[in-house]
Amino acid sequence: MMDESELTAVPKLATKAMLRHDSVRDVELLLLPERVVLLNKSGAAILGLCDGSRTVQDVIAQLEHDFDAADLANDVMTFLKDARGRGWVVVT
Amino acid sequence: MNPVPQPFGLLAEVTHQCPLHCVYCSNPLALRDRDDELTTGDWLRVIGEAAALGVVQVHFSGGEPLVRGDLETLVAECRRRGLYTNLITSGLGLTESRARSLVAAGLNSAQLSIQGDAAESTDLVAASRRFDKKEEAARIIRESGLPLNMNVVLHRLNLSRLDAIIDVCVAWGAERLELANTQYYGWALRNRDLLMPSRAQLDEAVGVYERRKAELGEHMELLWILPDYYERYPKPCMGGWAQTALTVAPDGMVYPCPVAAEITTMEFVSVRDHDLEWIWSKSEAFEAFRGTEWMADPCRSCPRKETDFGGCRCQAFALTGDPARTDPVCVHSPDHHLIQDALARANRADVGEGGEPDREKLVYRRPRAPVRR
Repeated sequence: MMDESELTAVPKLATKAMLRHDSVRDVELLLLPERVVLLNKSGAAILGLCDGSRTVQDVIAQLEHDFDAADLANDVMTFLKDARGRGWVVVT
Repeated sequence: MNPVPQPFGLLAEVTHQCPLHCVYCSNPLALRDRDDELTTGDWLRVIGEAAALGVVQVHFSGGEPLVRGDLETLVAECRRRGLYTNLITSGLGLTESRARSLVAAGLNSAQLSIQGDAAESTDLVAASRRFDKKEEAARIIRESGLPLNMNVVLHRLNLSRLDAIIDVCVAWGAERLELANTQYYGWALRNRDLLMPSRAQLDEAVGVYERRKAELGEHMELLWILPDYYERYPKPCMGGWAQTALTVAPDGMVYPCPVAAEITTMEFVSVRDHDLEWIWSKSEAFEAFRGTEWMADPCRSCPRKETDFGGCRCQAFALTGDPARTDPVCVHSPDHHLIQDALARANRADVGEGGEPDREKLVYRRPRAPVRR
């Protein structure tokens, strides 16, 4: 279960991390100091919205709109929790 | 035939000039002069060719890359092409204004090396008295907003100080610390008997590493680069020859790994003579050990051949004179006695550990100056 504070938190991609579309391989990548992470489409979409201007709730709403889907909250929050643990995302 | 892989990383060794003189320096024994270095224009072309080849990360190294006044220009070109940039530095020469201009150019990350936990260690290992500059560099990196990654090469003379070394990195605000046990190439191979730890010393250090890793958790990431001489099987060096990364040396020579220049029986090619795409996908040296077809036994029939790729070609050459042999680290290698002999010497009861006594025997990387006294 999630509580209100988790939904109002504002996630932001860590300074050391960089998202990019790799046009040579046609994949989405997360670049870190000594690591290259191959992202799936949803992971890339979530991280792409973590720009420090949106709350988690906003990110979820945007994704549900973009993907024409409902009930993405759990998936997004699970992904963000993991991303935060890995140091890809910081939360303010 | 398998398709040619696409490299993710470029190690751009922009210069061999360096204020340090490390006893385990991984640069080739014959350093390139400044006169031989690629120009800014050459590097801009190389960066473009690397991006087209699939490179997404550029690590600026050397020598000390800050020696190059055009580093900002190169970083900016990487940023323009969407490449992630990492500065690998000794910290000497990093001023606040330099850090500001590099960050403004788009630098993404920096890795700072230390040799130990105190000034004496830098002096002993690198013949430099500027440990104070490193602490200052750590502060400058952090205050510039870059993540501070640190690296220390571990060996017989500093392994017993591991706890204190980790303390220094925590105090300086590092996010990540690479504990890189010495790999024995070039200069380190020359100093091998003085750098090789004993089994007891290593076991103790592994204990320290595991305890501190658990204590630090997410606060600071600790990485342990294995001391391969003490392993049963060789390291899967570079993820296999010419698979994921390439190195361009100061003079434009291109190598599948940073120490491959030592394989003097192979013909490597310069970006002055060919474009990077041709060198990566067509040159004989890059094709030589790609995949598993080149292997002889014991590798050819080994179930691990896709796991460690026969180990390190540079190490095979350095120890046996033949880069196509199985890495002698492997227990199945017919040359494994070469490793065992080195370990036997390191574990003799009458050989001391750590400290100063061996200093007179250390060979410092000082190409154009007399050995330090």
